[in-house]
Amino acid sequence: MSRRVGMEVAIAAAEAVALCNIDVAAVYPITPNTHVAEHLAEIVAEGRIDSEFITVESEHSALSAVLGAAGTGARTFTATSSQGLLYMQEVMPIASAMRLPVVMVIANRALSGPLNIWNDHSDIMLQRDMGWVSLFAENGQEVVDMLIQAFKIAEHREVMLPVNVNMDGFQLTHMVEPIELPDQAEVDRFLLEYKPYATLHPDRPITMGAFAMPEIFTEVMKAKDVAIVNAKKTILEVWKEWESLFGRKYEPVAAYKTEGAEVVLLTMGSMGETAEVAIDELRREGISAGLLKLKLWRPFPFKELKKAVKGVKVLAVTDRAVSYGGPGGPVCAEIRSALYDEPERPVIVDYIIGLGGRDVSVEDFITMGKRALEAKIKKPREAYKFYGVRGE
Amino acid sequence: MKRKYPKGLVKNIKLVDREEYFCPGHRACQGCGEALAVRLMCKALGRDTVIACPTGCIEIFSTPYPTTAWKLPWIHVAFPNAAAVGSGVEAGLKVLRRKGKIPDRYVKAVAIGGDGGTADIGIQALSGAMERGHDMLYVCFDNEAYMNTGIQRSSATPFGASTTTAPAGKESIGNKTWKKNLPEIMVAHNVSYVATATNSHPIDFMNKVKKAREVKGTAYIHCLSVCPTGWRAAPELCIELGRLAVETGVFPLYEVENGRYRFTEMPGDLRPVEDYLKVQGRFRHLTPDQIKTIQDRVNLEYRKLMNKVEHPPPEL
Ligand SMILES: Cc1ncc(C[n+]2csc(CCOP(=O)(O)OP(=O)(O)O)c2C)c(N)n1
Ligand code: SF4
Repeated sequence: MSRRVGMEVAIAAAEAVALCNIDVAAVYPITPNTHVAEHLAEIVAEGRIDSEFITVESEHSALSAVLGAAGTGARTFTATSSQGLLYMQEVMPIASAMRLPVVMVIANRALSGPLNIWNDHSDIMLQRDMGWVSLFAENGQEVVDMLIQAFKIAEHREVMLPVNVNMDGFQLTHMVEPIELPDQAEVDRFLLEYKPYATLHPDRPITMGAFAMPEIFTEVMKAKDVAIVNAKKTILEVWKEWESLFGRKYEPVAAYKTEGAEVVLLTMGSMGETAEVAIDELRREGISAGLLKLKLWRPFPFKELKKAVKGVKVLAVTDRAVSYGGPGGPVCAEIRSALYDEPERPVIVDYIIGLGGRDVSVEDFITMGKRALEAKIKKPREAYKFYGVRGE
Repeated sequence: MKRKYPKGLVKNIKLVDREEYFCPGHRACQGCGEALAVRLMCKALGRDTVIACPTGCIEIFSTPYPTTAWKLPWIHVAFPNAAAVGSGVEAGLKVLRRKGKIPDRYVKAVAIGGDGGTADIGIQALSGAMERGHDMLYVCFDNEAYMNTGIQRSSATPFGASTTTAPAGKESIGNKTWKKNLPEIMVAHNVSYVATATNSHPIDFMNKVKKAREVKGTAYIHCLSVCPTGWRAAPELCIELGRLAVETGVFPLYEVENGRYRFTEMPGDLRPVEDYLKVQGRFRHLTPDQIKTIQDRVNLEYRKLMNKVEHPPPEL
């Protein structure tokens, strides 16, 4: 039986990983994911799980060690943020090309400089094209659930890809939230034993990571792409099964009061909860507003998105990262391109907001909703707009 | 020097394992000392071994997909991280064995690398792995430059060698820095076993690998691996050059067990370093004065090493 606990989300993340009975973890501390590393080390030190915890000297080595361990057939985990994620970047595309089902939790944090430890999504957005399945949690419960789901998705024979679960730094990691923590038997039933396909063992020697000439490289990249596109089927199945077992529903694009909505806001991560309050307020004011929450970032949920914006006049995307001088923030640029071929696509506006931990309030969402409605008529629009810049 | 061969060590080349774990058909240059040394290492390690290898000549010449020269499980991840990948392999094998998910048999984790992947870009991962004390052997195949990318200098390139990023010219001697002393850096990490070796002394090298394999804990072997291509020397000089490196004192062969130094090959009188330098195109430009500078430095380093051999730390 699940137990209901009040727990800091970073601690709960470590508890969730422990429930998955990992074999090897290698984590290098960085704010705001440090508590994940510390608590996991504690769990191993107390002997609550039988795992190797490698205290690596850097994030580069964290992911490298985890890859080496995954190569032997171990279930592996790592965690990081911001500069740490950048430091891992060299190894990230290799994990997916080698089809090693590593799971990582990312406590999202702004990139330096200037140095900033607070939340935005600029770290993960830069890692968009590393070939990892990428999930976004809205609250602590989703962090816990998604981490357990992540192992099942990653290790599925049809997927065999690394998965990252994104949780907003501080906004989630350092919050104490009520969380339903599944018990060991429940997790064991859900998450079967990992049966690796090929491993580094002398009984059946294999070469992993051979170098590829132009005549084969494209095929390897295509295989990775096919795997990640097809992973959606597995993800949806895993989410269905999760819902039937735990009663909590997961969707690639979760909708809140979008029926008949004229203006729809779109968020990723923890802002969704604030935005819901704003939607209620807008509705009270007689504005038919709704909210979409993107939880599956890779593979990108084209079908679900298109369905969700049917009949919507204005779509206001919030981006917590900048693509400097680009055609929109990273999320909006993708949404625009995904909807480009639709015969009736909404007017799309992009707000860059909440960078480096800047507070985003209910009022901000209300303002964005209203301004977006005006944007419907005013043309031409900017590719993106920084929201709430001082002195503007 | 009278030798004692403890049990399990190789006394005679005829007693070497006939099995090839590093197989013919790879694409190393003719006369490549690195390929030869890798082959010897594998023979000494035997079947129960997993190898982590960084980017570099070895990776490229041994694993062009869909072929592989490795009969041992082998993994390449990137250039800077062989030691970190090796740490993970060691941890993975250990925990899976403990949990009964793989056969209950000791399998050695071995990480290897070129001098660039070891002394430069990979030194952080190497230092981390050595300091953590993984039950792992790291072997550096030192061909004294980044050969895979075309003979650029590394921190293990000798003083005076001409490389493509430190070329000799009217205003330049070539590489202006002295070779980084990696074995000493490893000794400073207090690892259980550190040794130097070279491809021209096969029995000495294999015995060091065998010893290192038995060590419980971390071990490091620094293997000078002659690269005729990068050293601008004839391919048939591969073995000769290794011998000359030892006989001139440029690359002394020794081992350090728990802080105690011992020579494993002792040339009677050292030959002049000129004998070693003059057969290599990379030193062709050196003047007698510059050769003397190198000779003085070799003498100094050799005396420092002798001193450590002659004055071992007290037994605990
Ligand atoms: C991060 C990174 N930087 C640079 C390179 C390019 N590179 C590949 S191999 C190599 C040199 C390898 O030299 P070394 O480790 O001495 O091995 P060798 O080829 O000489 O055996 C370099 C610079 C790379 N692969 N990755
Ligand atoms: S360049 Fe040197 S080290 Fe590389 S394969 Fe050729 S001889 Fe061997």
